[in-house]
Amino acid sequence: MEEIALHILDIVQNSIVACANLISIEVEEDYANDRLIIIIVDNGKGIEKHLLDKVADPFYTKRTTRKVGLGLSLLKQSAEMAGGSFSIESEINKGTTVKAIYQHSHIDRQPLGDIPQTISILVASNPDINFTYKHKINNNSYYFDTRQIKEVLEEVPITSPEVRVFIHQMLKQNIDMLNRQFKEI
Amino acid sequence: MEKVKTLDDLKKLKEQLKSTIELREKSNNPESHVQVKVAMATCGIASGAREIMSFFMDELRKRNIDAIVSQTGCMGYCYAEPTIELTIPGHEPVVYGNVTKAKADEIIEKHIKNGILVDGIIPVTYQNINKK
Repeated sequence: MEEIALHILDIVQNSIVACANLISIEVEEDYANDRLIIIIVDNGKGIEKHLLDKVADPFYTKRTTRKVGLGLSLLKQSAEMAGGSFSIESEINKGTTVKAIYQHSHIDRQPLGDIPQTISILVASNPDINFTYKHKINNNSYYFDTRQIKEVLEEVPITSPEVRVFIHQMLKQNIDMLNRQFKEI
Repeated sequence: MEKVKTLDDLKKLKEQLKSTIELREKSNNPESHVQVKVAMATCGIASGAREIMSFFMDELRKRNIDAIVSQTGCMGYCYAEPTIELTIPGHEPVVYGNVTKAKADEIIEKHIKNGILVDGIIPVTYQNINKK
């Protein structure tokens, strides 16, 4: 994985397989404490306690098409090599929370990458799942919620190609604006 | 400076889309559509599946082809990612491996538009490790 945004896209696939219908993604850039925090919360079926220790083991997977499971292991490695940490919490039938913390300025921290593309693809290809995305830079934040989008769209499907392009632009512009506000201070 | 898009802009877009959507809905059942499924597991994503999926979504729209682009899990062809499964109505699904943007363009122009198979198909006789 070359970008943190790709890790996010990958980890969310776990939530989709776990039958979640609400997935919240949060990116917090905390320059004051030199931290970049990624949090993914879903309301899926959860992971049994005795498996939680195993999920970041590359040789553990529940799938049958191949014998390795790299998603969470790669995220853990990516955070740890950038002076950060990885944690996962889960409760059966309640959901799972995955958290990765990076040292923001660390030379080995992967770039955040193309978040708008990641989110717009997830939204367009999973119309039955609601997504929220929060991007916080110091004290400013932007919040995106597909429930608001669906309310506006009414009968127009969220999977329409035009809507995907719109969502992509809206996310990009708002994240760019957060970055500009940060630089102006 | 470019104006930042808001939900109000989305409302305007919705009004524009309403009429075209109605036309589209009339022929709405998945079997009558071209379906492109992009494998989006760790292996696919690490190999660039996200860009390929965006490419299909953008290009099919630009070329006015009514198709459903969706994501699927790992099909066991990790060595050949990014992979896509293409279903043309009335035909068996076909899996393409090592799909680049150039290959995707060729698939749209030749296979989707004209029904001509393109190099890079993973044959169905392939067995994955667990079936042996």
